[in-house]
Amino acid sequence: MKPQSSCVTIQKEWDIVGARHVARDMAKTLGFGTVDQARIATAVSELARNIYLYANNDGQIYFDMINTIDGKGLSIIAVDSGPGISDIAEVMQDGFSTSGGLGAGLPGVKRLMDEFDIQSELGKGTKITAKKWVR
Amino acid sequence: MRKVIDSNIENYKNLLKSYIETQDERSLYGVEMMSKSFLKNNILPEEIVNLHIQALEDLYPDLSEEIKHSMNFLLEAMISYGLKHQEIQTLREQQIALKSEISVAASMQDTFLKTDIPTIEGLDIGAISAPAHQMNGDYYHFVKGKNGTLGMAIADVIGKGIPAALSMSMIKYAIDSYPEESMEPNVILENLNRVVERNVDPNMFITMIYAQYSPAYNKLRFSSAGHEPGFHYYAKDNRFEELKTKGLALGVLADVEYQEYELKMEKGDMVIFLTDGVTESREEDRFVEVEEVLDVIRKYKTYSAQEIVNHVYKYFERLQDFQLRDDFTMIILRKEV
Ligand SMILES: Nc1ncnc2c1ncn2[C@@H]1O[C@H](COP(=O)(O)OP(=O)(O)OP(=O)(O)O)[C@@H](O)[C@H]1O
Ligand SMILES: [Mg+2]
Repeated sequence: MKPQSSCVTIQKEWDIVGARHVARDMAKTLGFGTVDQARIATAVSELARNIYLYANNDGQIYFDMINTIDGKGLSIIAVDSGPGISDIAEVMQDGFSTSGGLGAGLPGVKRLMDEFDIQSELGKGTKITAKKWVR
Repeated sequence: MRKVIDSNIENYKNLLKSYIETQDERSLYGVEMMSKSFLKNNILPEEIVNLHIQALEDLYPDLSEEIKHSMNFLLEAMISYGLKHQEIQTLREQQIALKSEISVAASMQDTFLKTDIPTIEGLDIGAISAPAHQMNGDYYHFVKGKNGTLGMAIADVIGKGIPAALSMSMIKYAIDSYPEESMEPNVILENLNRVVERNVDPNMFITMIYAQYSPAYNKLRFSSAGHEPGFHYYAKDNRFEELKTKGLALGVLADVEYQEYELKMEKGDMVIFLTDGVTESREEDRFVEVEEVLDVIRKYKTYSAQEIVNHVYKYFERLQDFQLRDDFTMIILRKEV
């Protein structure tokens, strides 16, 4: 039996690859199609890279398989104790990301997943929750 | 979105099969049409790659693992393009919404600033003002005094965009509040200067000429606040003379005194006021010379004042490939008899 949940600590760039790997494995197990697997992996990549870049290498990504009567899905929670995001509305705007709009950024994560939520407190850290359901 | 894909899978598969077998142009045309319908239905590139993989696996059940892996690799590479596509879509919708909001604002502004050309005894008046973008940063204003005199203002805001254009409403309401017949052009500018200086952003200025024409004396009195000089056309000699004026733009300093000038208009004489959008209109990389403006006016001098300004405008619009770089405003007053 594959584990129902997992956690990857993001400290170095290489950990982003580890997080993608875990995400894809779990997505496959849950029965997500190839396209959704790729989307989930990309979303995790974005979240992990943000922790790596902005949260002083101090964060984790938690993965949980959801299996209820409502359906099957994958829950991803990215938590860090970095500086936090001061203006969430701003970072959620299209075209805001500092990479000059090349990356998917947080709006991209929201698009890639079915559910998305950010909580952030300045000086304390950020928690991003995202879910995707198997169709 | 899934439905569109599902209903197209057979179609795609058949086109692909026929193309692989015969490399016919017809299948390529077929896929072109299909790709348009995908775009219309916001189908993302990774889904199209996936459609391709499915079709390929159906057609060739013994497809090599290498090819399969390579197709998944391609699918992964498409994800960011898909996201970008969605982002651009959203931004485009926002842009459309913004544009229509601005055009509502612009037409409100036009209503606020609307001024009718009055009938003044013995004077033929033409005026045109065209914005380069949606909102006009130029302004003109006419008012007829009780004793039959004409009050006239032409103004240009230095500072670009919507905020600049909005400040013109303030000018209009200030002018409207003055008892026009009783005030001299220089006094009007002095008052407006205080209004602008107090209420407008420090790096926004307004240049303006205020003029009054009295039909009883055929005299035009005017004052200028740093505005592009006007011209006096002497009909008798078929010659233009620049109206030399001094005066600071409105809003530069708190207390400014303006000088008043006076000229006499003979039969057929014209006075031309314009904004620097006229003289600074550029053709390719060359600034238009004032001479050129005057030549066009001379060419159409037998027309009515309104027809002349319209012709000048058309001329410059064409010169600039129908894309004005700056707001364009021109007023012509011509003494008829
Ligand atoms: N975990 C985080 N902690 C603190 N700030 C963050 C975090 N995640 C994102 N941010 C802030 O939000 C901004 C937007 O992030 P987002 O991921 O949308 O775009 P980006 O990282 O700037 O560019 P890219 O498109 O490459 O992802 C970042 O520039 C950063 O300032
Ligand atoms: Mg990012």
